[in-house]
Amino acid sequence: MATTITKPETLVGKRIRRREDPRLITGTATYVDDIKMPGMHYATIVRSPHAAARIRSINTKKAAAHKGVIAVFTGKDTQKVGPVPCGASLPGLRVPHHHILAMDRVYFAGHPVAVVVATDRYVAADAADLIEVDWDVLPAVADPEKALAKGAPAVHPEWPDNVAFNYHQEGGNVEKAFSEADVVVKQRITSQRLIPTAMETRGVVADWRPADRQLNLYSSTQIPHLMRTLVAQMLGLEENRLRVVAPEVGGGFGSKLNVYAEEALMGFVAMKIQQPVKWIESRRENFLCTIHGRGHVDHYEVAAKRDGTILGIKLHIIQDLGAYHQLLTPAIPTLSVLMMPGLYKTQNVRADIVGVFTNCVPTDAYRGAGRPEATHGIERMVDVLAAELKMDPAEIRLKNFVTKEQFPFPTATGLTYDSGDYAAPLKKALDIVDYQNLRNEQAQARKQGKLMGIGMSTYGEICAFGPSPATPAGGWESATVKIDPTGKVTVMTGASPHGQGEETTFAQIAADELGVNIDDILVLHGDTAVVQYGIGTFGSRSTAVGGTAVYFALQDLKAKIKKFGAMLLGSDDVSFSGGQVICNKTGKSKSIQEIAAASYRAMKLPPNTEPGLISTHFWEPPNFTFPFGAHIVVTDVDRDTGAVAVRRYVAVDDCGNILNPLIVDGQIHGGVAQGLGQALWEQAVYDDNGQLVTGELMDYAVPKAHMMPRIESDHTTTPTSVNPLGVKGVGEAGTIGCSPAVVNSVVDALAPLGVKHLDMPMTPETIWKLIARSKS
Amino acid sequence: MNITTHINGKSYSHDVEPRLLLIHYLREVVGLTGPHIGCETSLCGACTVELNGKAVKSCTMFAVQADGANVVTIEGLASNGKLHAMQEAFWNEHGAQCGFCTPGMIMASKQIIDRNPNPTEEEIRHGLEGNICRCTGYQHIVNAVKAAAKAAGV
Ligand code: FES
Ligand code: FES
Repeated sequence: MATTITKPETLVGKRIRRREDPRLITGTATYVDDIKMPGMHYATIVRSPHAAARIRSINTKKAAAHKGVIAVFTGKDTQKVGPVPCGASLPGLRVPHHHILAMDRVYFAGHPVAVVVATDRYVAADAADLIEVDWDVLPAVADPEKALAKGAPAVHPEWPDNVAFNYHQEGGNVEKAFSEADVVVKQRITSQRLIPTAMETRGVVADWRPADRQLNLYSSTQIPHLMRTLVAQMLGLEENRLRVVAPEVGGGFGSKLNVYAEEALMGFVAMKIQQPVKWIESRRENFLCTIHGRGHVDHYEVAAKRDGTILGIKLHIIQDLGAYHQLLTPAIPTLSVLMMPGLYKTQNVRADIVGVFTNCVPTDAYRGAGRPEATHGIERMVDVLAAELKMDPAEIRLKNFVTKEQFPFPTATGLTYDSGDYAAPLKKALDIVDYQNLRNEQAQARKQGKLMGIGMSTYGEICAFGPSPATPAGGWESATVKIDPTGKVTVMTGASPHGQGEETTFAQIAADELGVNIDDILVLHGDTAVVQYGIGTFGSRSTAVGGTAVYFALQDLKAKIKKFGAMLLGSDDVSFSGGQVICNKTGKSKSIQEIAAASYRAMKLPPNTEPGLISTHFWEPPNFTFPFGAHIVVTDVDRDTGAVAVRRYVAVDDCGNILNPLIVDGQIHGGVAQGLGQALWEQAVYDDNGQLVTGELMDYAVPKAHMMPRIESDHTTTPTSVNPLGVKGVGEAGTIGCSPAVVNSVVDALAPLGVKHLDMPMTPETIWKLIARSKS
Repeated sequence: MNITTHINGKSYSHDVEPRLLLIHYLREVVGLTGPHIGCETSLCGACTVELNGKAVKSCTMFAVQADGANVVTIEGLASNGKLHAMQEAFWNEHGAQCGFCTPGMIMASKQIIDRNPNPTEEEIRHGLEGNICRCTGYQHIVNAVKAAAKAAGV
């Protein structure tokens, strides 16, 4: 008998509002700092004010005696805790031992040296001021090019050349390509250090239950399971005695795709004081001690024929690593190498990376992680080449694209691009801006002495990380779907979303597959005690890899539902649709709810079938996915102030199938904001002594509402065959596509003044100086 | 020092240290963790609440300065289980991603409409200058403010 009404329409592809929002808009979500426990103490970390110094002595007596302080620990106390882990391996990589608290030397301003634990955060801060460190200040080096120069101070005395690794990769025959070229263009291009600036800083609450030998660690992280494995090792604790919870996480952008000293340190403190302890990073600490992104100095050479055909690319990367390797630090520039050909056919590439230690906080994955650098480089170079050959930037791109017929396309760097139609988003974007008319308008504007620019970038990205052999920690993702006896559905995903909306998109997938109401579905994530092992959320992977795991778990479950339904209906000839198993002969049906109840009651079971309705799937992707798109930016540069105004921003992105257009647009907007931030305003500046000059939001220019243009977002849709959902990933696209389009636009605006290249950020000051120089 | 405050329609009396910031008072003493701390230096707006009808950054003032004041936090916006129009608009327009800036954003957005029921896009963007969002690129937030203004107008 058919009982329950089922949901009428499919939800995948619909612009539905998010299911996680009610708690966010009412202020009732629980972030780490919102956790309160009986007996909870507060920790403040004392950090080095110097970029390089020896510690002669630390006097903690006064702090320890301060009222309300229950413990003070220094590096001597924590030296048995394992080092902060680096998950990346490269041949010959030099890995400095990264203690959680400094031993006798510090390597960057902000290096943690002691922790003060007190009854309240004000008291802890007061007591931290009472700690006396006798410093022997040493010369520091904060610039990677200076660090490579002869006689530079050694960041780590054991490696006086400051080189952490050299990496080489090539494909095809670069020498031949360059010898056959009509023209070779060269350019030095930088991708400055950036500060990720998630609005929620990092924070940890650690709660040790000695009787159970159980440590509960609440951390603002993108990777709770990997953190559990790694922090358990650092603390010498059995992994099953550590539970990691990522509660509501207030943004990450890669900065929380890491295991930091503080996570193990709070675990250590909680186990020592036998009381819960909380540490919340201040914004200043966030700028000083949480990883930075980018930090490239690239030297490009591109060989081409006079007709614009690109023959080969040479790239030399100087990567500023900072003082240590965090989880993925040395691997990030290798991603730039993988993506160096961009969307272009050329099969001849050669790249060298030199990874350089500096007395700065480590660099690591920041939105895009290696790929914005690569896209910025190749997309700038294509414009440099177009200018040299006096070709139109759109025309030269269309000439060199991998064509629709060439997929799957093996690249010179060893990747296989899954699917694409690279000309489609470019043509669409050109139509949207009415390109020919825009160029005419520009010609008029130039006659009047106005500086108007049109710039484009056609980007490709490597997403959905990824096949396990090509990732440092396994690249699969997991999902469990269970249906309770009353028919309610719970999805547990190993992805760990923190703003990307998978509580909604995964519910959309499950609602469609099972034919149940979306309100009957709950998506859980971010707790190692609830979710089977998982990898996490980063690298535009959650939906493409995690969503696919959900999809396959649902297929297993559907097969089981059908079996139970067939048994209940007494027929083998059944089909499953709209939340019902239907007998094809009689038309009789059983709802999911009835089947779920029967599966748990287990009065009778189909042959070879366990009771209950639960399925777990670990999905290993056969390949990465490769989203692409075209961004066109129209700018006006003010001759008197050097200020850049973005008149139009058109983004046409192809991220494969779209599960929820509202969420995809949000991802594009946010990504573009971070790309625009890099192009125009943001830069982490260290002075020669290794002091972070941009150490507060006052000095580091994160885009605000009035600085952002309205983004005109559109799409083309080329599904991937890598996963059955056909989705490619979209989290980083906006950032990757943005910065070269903006720089190309401003260089185009200034072309009448003879400007051929600009480094980022293109602040009014830099541009004003260029304009002033061109006048004199 | 003893202070009495009226928060979200309820009265509270507490003995507090003079140096206690209003945001810490709200979060840790009263237990309202909706307002967030993104900087503690009055630059991000995550801690925005309404004090005697005006949006203020609660990290910029001491709890004792709020003695006798009427305070509304994000938790006090919905009434009788019904979301405030601005909350509803943020939900419909996808104005929140990670949600960390959201309570402050909604309070600041409400203030924009309170002062100017029919703001232009430019006025909205300038009105939000004191609030940083790292996730959304602001477009959906601006759309939400427009939608809320429109909803109030009908
Ligand atoms: S926490 Fe108050 S403005 Fe940032
Ligand atoms: S939604 Fe994440 S900071 Fe605004």
